Amino acid sequence: MSTEIKELKFTTFKTNIKYSVINKRVHNIDGLAKVTGRATYTFDVKLPNMLYGKILRSPHPHARIVNIDASKALAMPGVIAVATGKDTPGVKQGIWRRYPELCDEQILPLEKVRYIGEPVAAVAAVTEEIAEKALELIDVEYEVLPPVFQPLDAIRKDAPIIHEGVERNINVTRHIEWGDVDDAFAEAEKDGYIREDWFRTSSQHHMCMETRAAVSSFTPDGKLTVYCSTQSPYYMQALLAGVLDMREGDIRVIAHYVGGGFGGKFELDAAIFCSAVLSKKTFRPVKIVFTREEDFIASKRRTPMHYYIRTAMKKDGTFLAREVRVFTNGGAYTGMGATALYLTGFFCSFPYKWRGYRYDGYRVYTNTLPSTAMRGFGAPQAMFCSEQQIEWMCADLGLDPYEVRRKNAHTECYEVPGQAYIQSCGMTQCIDKIEAWAKSKGNLGPNRAIGVSAAGFMSGGIFNWFDTPYSFSSAVVVINYDGKVDLYVGCQEIGQGSNTTMAIICAETLGVKIEDINVYSGDTAHSPADLGAWGSRQTLMAGNAVKMAAEDAKRQLLEFAYAEMGLNIVYDLDIKDRWVHVIARPERGMKYEDLVKRAIRGKDGQRIIGRGYYTPHRKGMISPAYSYMMQAVDAEIDPETGKITLHEVMTAHDCGQPINPLGLIGQLEGAASMALGFGYLEDQPMDEGKILNPNLVDYKVIRATEMPKTDMIEIDTYEAEGPYGAKEAGEGLTNPTAAALGNAIFHALGLQMKELPITSEKIVNALKEKKEKQGK
Amino acid sequence: MEKRLITLNVNGIDYELYINPKTLLVEAIRDHIGLTGTKRGCDTVSCGACTVMIDDMSVKSCSILAVQAEGKKITTVEGLEKNGELSPIQKAFLDNGSYQCGFCTPGMLMSASAFLKENEGKDVTEEEIREGIEGNICRCTGYNSIVRAIESVVKGNYKEG
Ligand code: FES
Ligand code: FES
Repeated sequence: MSTEIKELKFTTFKTNIKYSVINKRVHNIDGLAKVTGRATYTFDVKLPNMLYGKILRSPHPHARIVNIDASKALAMPGVIAVATGKDTPGVKQGIWRRYPELCDEQILPLEKVRYIGEPVAAVAAVTEEIAEKALELIDVEYEVLPPVFQPLDAIRKDAPIIHEGVERNINVTRHIEWGDVDDAFAEAEKDGYIREDWFRTSSQHHMCMETRAAVSSFTPDGKLTVYCSTQSPYYMQALLAGVLDMREGDIRVIAHYVGGGFGGKFELDAAIFCSAVLSKKTFRPVKIVFTREEDFIASKRRTPMHYYIRTAMKKDGTFLAREVRVFTNGGAYTGMGATALYLTGFFCSFPYKWRGYRYDGYRVYTNTLPSTAMRGFGAPQAMFCSEQQIEWMCADLGLDPYEVRRKNAHTECYEVPGQAYIQSCGMTQCIDKIEAWAKSKGNLGPNRAIGVSAAGFMSGGIFNWFDTPYSFSSAVVVINYDGKVDLYVGCQEIGQGSNTTMAIICAETLGVKIEDINVYSGDTAHSPADLGAWGSRQTLMAGNAVKMAAEDAKRQLLEFAYAEMGLNIVYDLDIKDRWVHVIARPERGMKYEDLVKRAIRGKDGQRIIGRGYYTPHRKGMISPAYSYMMQAVDAEIDPETGKITLHEVMTAHDCGQPINPLGLIGQLEGAASMALGFGYLEDQPMDEGKILNPNLVDYKVIRATEMPKTDMIEIDTYEAEGPYGAKEAGEGLTNPTAAALGNAIFHALGLQMKELPITSEKIVNALKEKKEKQGK
Repeated sequence: MEKRLITLNVNGIDYELYINPKTLLVEAIRDHIGLTGTKRGCDTVSCGACTVMIDDMSVKSCSILAVQAEGKKITTVEGLEKNGELSPIQKAFLDNGSYQCGFCTPGMLMSASAFLKENEGKDVTEEEIREGIEGNICRCTGYNSIVRAIESVVKGNYKEG
């Protein structure tokens, strides 16, 4: 039974507050550096006396390392050091630090390699060319072991064991259940409708334009500085400390500009680890940059999944229950893939109310490139299966799919039993808007249709499998004598605009202009610990920390203003646009700059320092808040060639209060391009564990000419848990697209496409099959 | 192979380089001259991150040797701005939020600049703009904001200087 939460009485109203900075079109604060070539990425870092590193990789999907002989390589002029597993403390690491058995990856393994491309040794030399040549001189003796590549093969009793002691190669299992599933199915058996389907989702690569890159510099005083392309400097600091047996505080991680992340850059990678190990050996800076091919074959990928869904509804379209079983191809190691297994299971219930829901997920080790988080974190896979099945069930029963979705959609103040507390929710409004938009388009002609999909996503995870002792987000605000503000944050700018978002929130709270804020991020030397950019967490979590820090600083300022102005204590003061004033009588006040000067004098010359932090508490199992959306894809398919032409993508979107509108549009468009690629282009086909398309000729991504028109309708809601009512925007937008495309193909051609990506070839084959069936 | 002394004119300045004749132009620009605005994103001439202008034409600088660019006028992203004043396309990128991580941006700006030069005073369609940047991959923006930026320069919303 769905439970409306009685005690939570927040409503998703739109506040009438007039903001000065929030939701205004501004230039990103790091835009100037980016459009002038001044932005310096790890790829561009060059330190004095620097060496270049290269990594030797396993040609075998599964083999025991018998011996590594690097003597010939070491003898080569220009080669300074070679590192193998023996040069490391041999620590198995992973990002689920609370579960030692899930910390299973030794970068530079001592005993076994488990996928093609796994690092086995690394060379540091005076040039990249010498390092590359030296790799050929390293002799590795392998004892080849039988491999297994598919999860459904790997769980068989007789399958090779990839990690000792892990039976049937089952890495992680996840069970989620609420309500009375069997009872609800029984009801549907009698007088309802049940449908079951199997789906397969493919692999997708993050394909960040900046490949994995790191420059590490270890000095004789035992300190290590690492420039790297990462989504979480704090994670890198903590993980490196673990694998190098060092103090966290002796490691400084710097990531000023990061050329894309999308979920692929918050685990420790071999560029970072090997450069650090080589630098420790040589006491010189070592730079490692993956080639595009290395990035494709040896940096983790989106988790491919086998999906089984059985859904029960009443004949009128009321959802009863759903049962989901998922096997994911985990590849060789756990990484963040365990989280994807959990989230896909939860989001397959989204955004609907079920009387009963049951999910069983199995993450299976195979001898393939490990899979991990990627934008959407398991949810795009879930939506692809769920939203198509719902569409087909509506067609089977002759029901209106908009109506059915509306009837079952989450609403505000709803509890997903035992899982999640939903406060703001604009799902039904999203459905209304997209329905109206789609209907306004009329008949689109043959072989062309609009497909839709609903979706939602989290605003940061509340789980702490990483086992951090620190707040999830923290911020420090420093106000200087001239009134200008230094904002120190640990949240990470990777192109999504978090520095700008934090500056906006800080400026709005303090009542100053965005130009008054200098943001310092991407450096553990001055940025307070923060989990970083993943799981759509920064706007809400880091945003709350920044707001709290700014409020703290502001309160200290206003104490002086109260004293200065001698007001009756019933009056409230505020600052807006650098004007400190009585709220009831805005003309009464003083200049912000003057107040700051007096306050600093009054504090015996101390700068004003505000501190803020955020860790979610009592918000269920998943996230403090959820975004909602519905997306429509208008696609035309040539039935002869199967070629898909994308005409338009329209999205109705509830992300609470938008903070940075220009950034929001960018997120929408970027997510659409990536998710359309997931839908019909991108894949990493393998032969015996070897990726067949590790380059940008064969791995296709959407180009400017293929990108359709995009537009967005914002649904106004206010999220009580978010800073100024804001919640997730950007990652979740990746979730509905592949499903919406699938539904467009269903309506255009009557095909039910259950396998990603939906390539032209698959469409042509499916049409052929359909014709043959009709012929019979 | 014997090293050679060559002169490259980049952003109006002559640089003398003593290099292996097999050095790619992108390597000469980044590693020898030290202008790191120009990026690299692939090894297969597929991504456009390395795009520069040579005599007003866009060229992927990983696709030619440095010696082949001798005697020509090379412009990189650093050469778009004059005395701290941004070029129209740079301003349009800022106003339209046509970048996110920014890694493709230098190459994208150079393709856009070459496209604008080539089509100066002409009417262009959105399709032509898209074709003009087809060789450049952007993984972040979905291109549409970039197309809008180029369109706004075509429309004359930004004046040079
Ligand atoms: S680096 Fe990719 S095209 Fe030149
Ligand atoms: S802005 Fe990141 S690749 Fe284009």
